[in-house]
Amino acid sequence: MIKYILKRLMYILLALFVIVTATFFLMRLAPGSPFASERNFPPQIEEKLNETYGLNNPWYIQYKDYLIDTASFNFGESMKYKARSTNDMINESFPVSLTLGIEAMLLAVGFGVLIGVVSALYHNKWPDYLATSIAVLGISVPSFILAGLMQYFLAYKAGWFPVSGWKGFGYSVLPALAIAFSHMGFIAKLTRSSMLEQNNSDYVKMARAKGIGKWTVVFRHTLRNALLPVVTYLGPLTAGVVTGSFIVENIFAIPGLGKHFVQSITNRDYTVIMGTTVFYSIILLFAVLIVDILYSFIDPRIKLKGAKN
Amino acid sequence: MTQQPINKEMFKIVGGNHDATEKLADKSVSFWKEVFLRFSHNKMAIFGLITLIIIILMAIFVPMFSQYKYSDQLGVFNSPPSADFWFGTDDLGRDIFVRIWAGARISLFIGITAAVIDLVIGVLWGSISGLAGGRVDNIMMRIADVLTAVPYLLVVIVLLVVLQPGLFPMIIALSITGWINMARIVRGEVLSIKNQEYVLAARTLGASTWHLILKHLIPNALGAILVTMTLTIPSAIFTESFLSYLGLGVPAPHASWGTMASDGNKAIASYPWRLIFPAIFISLTIFAFNAVGDGLRDALDPKLRK
Repeated sequence: MIKYILKRLMYILLALFVIVTATFFLMRLAPGSPFASERNFPPQIEEKLNETYGLNNPWYIQYKDYLIDTASFNFGESMKYKARSTNDMINESFPVSLTLGIEAMLLAVGFGVLIGVVSALYHNKWPDYLATSIAVLGISVPSFILAGLMQYFLAYKAGWFPVSGWKGFGYSVLPALAIAFSHMGFIAKLTRSSMLEQNNSDYVKMARAKGIGKWTVVFRHTLRNALLPVVTYLGPLTAGVVTGSFIVENIFAIPGLGKHFVQSITNRDYTVIMGTTVFYSIILLFAVLIVDILYSFIDPRIKLKGAKN
Repeated sequence: MTQQPINKEMFKIVGGNHDATEKLADKSVSFWKEVFLRFSHNKMAIFGLITLIIIILMAIFVPMFSQYKYSDQLGVFNSPPSADFWFGTDDLGRDIFVRIWAGARISLFIGITAAVIDLVIGVLWGSISGLAGGRVDNIMMRIADVLTAVPYLLVVIVLLVVLQPGLFPMIIALSITGWINMARIVRGEVLSIKNQEYVLAARTLGASTWHLILKHLIPNALGAILVTMTLTIPSAIFTESFLSYLGLGVPAPHASWGTMASDGNKAIASYPWRLIFPAIFISLTIFAFNAVGDGLRDALDPKLRK
């Protein structure tokens, strides 16, 4: 177990190194200096700016400095907004994104499993068709389109929810639903097929033959085994929730990290892009690791050894 | 009870009907024909296929024969759908119906090209890795492992920021990590086929490696490759519209579904049709490709044989 975790940690470090190196060199290749938009600089000021940001050093010194900074979680200052560091930005806005993300994940897993269970129990009856249609709709409609449509119909037209902003629970319902919907569909599909598989197995037939109620069998027996594929999906789910938040936070004007990330892309604010990318990568890589470890606890048949495959 | 003695007279020759015993119950059906039969019984998949054919035909012909061009500014701004403009016009007075089909060209081109590039790199990487085995396989797969650990969308975003938005940067960005999935699947197929007896037999008969690849490996791995490819296209189209939405898409005046949806979203309170039409077509296309892919996977699965 410990050997496995160490090995995975090594992979994570390697992947992070690749990301950091790639972003560093890509950003250096990017056309234009970060200060290009502020044109009327006297040469002395530009010189001074280049000096403060270390842009006069040869690339290997800059690269080394950047590696050291990143290793000590110092993601640098914004080149657009003076005296605003990426770290401040992350500290300020990440809690918002985290709240939204956790809400979306709970929605996706909760409703996804519920829909899946219902459609497996009523296999080939109308609840099954209804649930499958919801699942198909969720997989086909991208989250950003859903967000726009929900904002228009449910918030603007019907007035059931606030249109945008971040001032309480009511404000988070639509955005969380928009992020969660497509994953809900996928989880429902997964749960349904693995529930159907379990329903054919002997232990379920045995339990039913003993006269145990339908729903008791589901909760005491079937669901526990049927949920394993859903647990494996938690890793991709985290990634999906993070990337989904980029656009959804923009549409609903939520002051989260996703909004800052998108803004820094539009502004070509290179240090913030680099910092946020590395930060997101760390979170995603560790989320996947945690899910894998969790999986081995839930399913004792899986032994985590050094070797994959 | 007395037992009767058994003697020769009790037996007679009935006459063997050789034709009847050797008759085949069903006509022999080739593998691909059977796949086709099973696919054509899948309503969802057929619906997806027909939708796709219609979308592709419309994308080819509508921009060719329409009275407007996708970049024509017609002077009628934000008009709702009408007899003149079936899907309405946008804030620059461009006809949305034509722009939808011009956008379909771009979205489909990006999706299909990205899938083909993934296919070429993935098949090469996977089959070399699987055939070579040993240390080469180990190194190649570890490289793929590290690359999968890198969050896909972040790389694509960073790459597009640097490369400047455009059609080809988009395709490069999409295929830079997209091939790994294909490589994994091909390697798995190659490993399982490689150890089959008929391959060993071919090898003992002196077949060359190229003969093995062309005659045995590729035909047998074709099903898995085909399914992966059909399922890559919708995810590429989805990513393309997502990136366009972030402002990293194909630049104006070109239309792409993602940019149209993004523009439409800003004006949704007053002109909802500008979001609704691109939204319908993005979702419909993604759905259709997924339905065809799922249908193909079920049709190719020999376990479901009847």
